[in-house]
Amino acid sequence: MSGAALLRLQGVSKSYGSVHANRAIDLDVSHQSIHAVLGENGAGKSTLMKLIYGVERPDVGKIEWQGREVRPTSSAEARRLGIGMVFQHFSLFETLTVAENISLLVPGTKAALAARVRDLGATFELEVDPNAHVHSLSVGERQRVEILRCLLLDPKLIILDEPTSVLPPQSVQRLFGTLRLLRDRGVSILFISHKLEEIRALCDTATILQAGRVTGRVDPRQASSRDLATLMIGREMPPPPLHAKAKPGPKVLEVAGLDHATDDPFGVSLSGISLDVRAGEIVGIAGISGNGQKELAEILSGEVALLSAQRDVIRMMDRPVGHLGAAARRRLGFAFVPEERMGRGAVPEMPLTDNALLTAHDRGLVRRGLVRRQHKAAFAQACVEEFDVRTPSVQAEAGALSGGNLQKFIIGREIMLEPKLLFVAQPTWGVDIGAATAIRRRLVALRDSGAAILMISEEIEELFEICDRLYVLHKGRLSPSLRVQGTTVEQVGEWMTGAAGEPAHA
Amino acid sequence: MPEFVPREHASVRASVLAPFLALALTVVVSLVLFALLGKPSGAALHALFIEPFLSWYSFSEVLLKTGPLLLIAQGLAIGFRAKVFNIGAEGQLILGAICASALPVYLPTSTSPWLWPAMMVLGALGGALWASIAALWRTWLNASEILVTLMLSLVASQLLNYLLLGPWKDPAGFNFPQSVMFQYEAMLPTLLPGTRVNVSLLFGLAATLAAWVLMQLSFLGYQLVVGGLAPRAASYAGFRGGRAVWVSLLLGGLAAGLAGAAEVAGPIGQLQRSVASGYGFTAITVAYLGGLRPLGIVLSSFLMAVITIGGDSAMVTADLPVAAVRVVQGLLLIFYLAALVGVRYRIVWSRIATQATS
Repeated sequence: MSGAALLRLQGVSKSYGSVHANRAIDLDVSHQSIHAVLGENGAGKSTLMKLIYGVERPDVGKIEWQGREVRPTSSAEARRLGIGMVFQHFSLFETLTVAENISLLVPGTKAALAARVRDLGATFELEVDPNAHVHSLSVGERQRVEILRCLLLDPKLIILDEPTSVLPPQSVQRLFGTLRLLRDRGVSILFISHKLEEIRALCDTATILQAGRVTGRVDPRQASSRDLATLMIGREMPPPPLHAKAKPGPKVLEVAGLDHATDDPFGVSLSGISLDVRAGEIVGIAGISGNGQKELAEILSGEVALLSAQRDVIRMMDRPVGHLGAAARRRLGFAFVPEERMGRGAVPEMPLTDNALLTAHDRGLVRRGLVRRQHKAAFAQACVEEFDVRTPSVQAEAGALSGGNLQKFIIGREIMLEPKLLFVAQPTWGVDIGAATAIRRRLVALRDSGAAILMISEEIEELFEICDRLYVLHKGRLSPSLRVQGTTVEQVGEWMTGAAGEPAHA
Repeated sequence: MPEFVPREHASVRASVLAPFLALALTVVVSLVLFALLGKPSGAALHALFIEPFLSWYSFSEVLLKTGPLLLIAQGLAIGFRAKVFNIGAEGQLILGAICASALPVYLPTSTSPWLWPAMMVLGALGGALWASIAALWRTWLNASEILVTLMLSLVASQLLNYLLLGPWKDPAGFNFPQSVMFQYEAMLPTLLPGTRVNVSLLFGLAATLAAWVLMQLSFLGYQLVVGGLAPRAASYAGFRGGRAVWVSLLLGGLAAGLAGAAEVAGPIGQLQRSVASGYGFTAITVAYLGGLRPLGIVLSSFLMAVITIGGDSAMVTADLPVAAVRVVQGLLLIFYLAALVGVRYRIVWSRIATQATS
């Protein structure tokens, strides 16, 4: 590349209190390039992007944009410069529609925007209903809105924070096609990810961060995954979980012909869902979110209970539970890790000790209606130590933990309940590679100890890595059970888009 | 431009300073306000905040007012922390007063020593029953408890009017809308000899202890707080939202009903319209001013009682209109809520300078 870089960072540092999120970062993004920023959760990737996007200001260091020093003090200013960003944690108003959300940033009438949303959606396989309210959208659909909103502003640089985590394999390839096309038209891409294979397939340059510092600048097409991983986590890659052949025991969860019409006008109704999970196996539910995952999770967890007449539709531990609430199902040995960590799996304003109490109260933490403080703290402390949760203390508020650490805490808490049936939804969504591997190893260990695990996930690699069997959820219907051995990613992809299985109903 | 940056932790220092800052701002603005009204500001402030402490009589009156405010605010604060907004404590207080009065009205000759305790029980049950109507509508039909409790207050005051103008009117009362005077056995024992302060102050202190145990130590209190902070986490854990509504409203109604019973069996001595003197609404202010914490509410109820008694003397000594006293109470709440922002947020004055050009 010749001439000045599009974006140049020199010696940029940023601290939050005693935490050094970024230390003396140098970064050059050339014109017409797809530049990867690779790093674990907590390595400082998101902070760096916030500095570039004007959300935060660096403590020291210089940011140059097209050869001139800039100090963007707001994201609006960054957008005027021609920088767009798709956040990992979405910045959408839940009570507004897709088109209304977009019209807050993008000029134009809502009708015109809706038409452009449909156009772009069709082009990039980012279909969303522009008139749907955001609160009714799944996590995956919300990210599509974010990407569309960014594209509509026609920027010179787009920052994408873990953009592929919610896309099906076919759409990832299309998104990559789109990104390459954008690059060839003169738009540079800053691609934040921890997925090594994606970066090697897509990016021209990679800057690798570890613990807030740059540990390498490489051409990812030349480097091996192993090299990248070593630079990223500062040691050898943790080996994938050992996956011995499952020895399935008796059925622990049985769903027979579940039909459920949703109250939510933008929700997904479930029809004819049948599945079973046996002790000692991990069963996955693949599919793009927004196909009924949210509804299925609420029904299986007991947050939405069925009518008494449908009690036999769901059986756990060989007992009818369809009509039971979440607490009653938990008493049978059921545990659940929800998709949303903040506000559902944990109360952000409460310390970890109180968050332990949320579901572990039956394990001797309450006596005669009073909370036993020491038992509560000891449980939280054991969870933090056993599951390597990085936190200053168990008195820290849950909201102050990073996503990966809080997820380790929640999964740890649920595993410490010694469940007979553990149900996890998106266990590694937005979690770094080290934490994700640790979580998967824990799930496999729990399976090997004889528990049954049902896992909803959008990450196909993850499902293939640890599951024994798979179902695929598409438009509220479930595929037949697929053995992981003898099934290909492409076959699962066909079920995910509804291309397979049509004759089954004919 | 000031920016509000959320703190990682609520600041303890700020949460202790907030009520004092609010009080200081209230004093300053009140001074200006009284001056604009053409009243002697210094004398008014002296009357408001100092005179209540100058005589044993006025101080005992402060304690008398503290009792019901403390009792009702403790009950309401439990619900507020669970985000169940019972703002109809006034109605529950009226029902408590009515139910308690039924005994001396129908048994005017009873000399049982159990008369006043039975009245307290009936009053508390009456308040709880009135609140349970709102709980039923909320859990059954999802009707907002804010509206239902408020509207039920209006119904309660009409019920009071009906009884006082009709069946319960004192036949020897010269047609005034009031019941018979209660007999000695229907009156609360006096706590401090020579004053009107009665055992209802102990009810308030007992409620404080009970609220503290419930909210700080018990699992039920924890469930209520989770339901208030993160309703989806409560339903994830299987805590029943309906139970939080019932517990909150029943406890709030119980406390308000008891306060109402203690009013008719205490300073008033009969059932009359003045029992609806606004304690139920003032207690909402008291609850928030005390940070919804049991111990904070002890201080805030005392402060509010001081301003009320001080307001009475300010009307005499400084010729303040009664509305001015209400304004002072309102200012205190507004400034406190504004000061609370400083507890959860840091205020950062951002630099305007920017080299970026567009």
